[in-house]
Amino acid sequence: MSLAKPLMRGLLAKRLRFHLPIAFGLAFAAAVAFKYTVTEPRKRAYADFYKQYDAVKEFNAMREAGVFQSVRPSGE
Amino acid sequence: MTAIFCKLLQICNLVVIFFTGLCDLVMLATRAFSLIGKRAISTSVCVRGGHGVAKVEDYTLPAYFDRRETPLPDIAYVQTLTPEQKALKEKEKGSWAALSNAEKVALYHLSFKQSFAEMNQGTGEWKSVVGGIMFFVGLTGLVVLWQRKYVYGPVPHTLDPEYKQQELQRMLDMRMNPVEGFSAKWDYENKQWKK
Repeated sequence: MSLAKPLMRGLLAKRLRFHLPIAFGLAFAAAVAFKYTVTEPRKRAYADFYKQYDAVKEFNAMREAGVFQSVRPSGE
Repeated sequence: MTAIFCKLLQICNLVVIFFTGLCDLVMLATRAFSLIGKRAISTSVCVRGGHGVAKVEDYTLPAYFDRRETPLPDIAYVQTLTPEQKALKEKEKGSWAALSNAEKVALYHLSFKQSFAEMNQGTGEWKSVVGGIMFFVGLTGLVVLWQRKYVYGPVPHTLDPEYKQQELQRMLDMRMNPVEGFSAKWDYENKQWKK
């Protein structure tokens, strides 16, 4: 049997050289994907909501529905 | 009678080992005997107080094992060598380049039972394990169904449809999650869910 001598050293370094760039790349890609699929739409949704938001109108609607304890609907 | 017999044995042992047969020196005795290739190791007869020697149990002696983590077992696999094997062992003492490949393999098999490839083989036990898991999960499902029918009492009144309707209406009235969540999906002008 004249097998070649197997690799004895540098096994961890070899593995890290291969896997670390992949790990960092995937983590970065996950972060970027999350940013552009979740956080950016969410920021836009909030911005759009508050652009047309009339707080007083909403308050009165909620009051008439009877959800508050401090102010009852105007009828009572 | 037994005293004489023990004495004889002791003298025999003294011939092989040149220190006295104290019970603690069994290990050294083991190594000395393994040079001659004896598996059945009789301990150096240690006669204390005129009693005999306790029988040496098999499990107390060094054993052979195939394990990936500890590559070199305590003893060689083949303990009693045939004459050809003895001749091979003698040849091993010379230059190893003189050994043929077949002889090298034969020497390997004298010392070891299974090669690394053989001992590291998978067994397929995992299939039984997964099958067992699925079986017991299924059994548990049946148990749960039976419990729902025969053990549990009625659910609280807060899960009645009318009560749930009132809950939902209240959630919409107080504008829960109006930006991205619940109330955002309700059309307040037309009093219906948004298309």
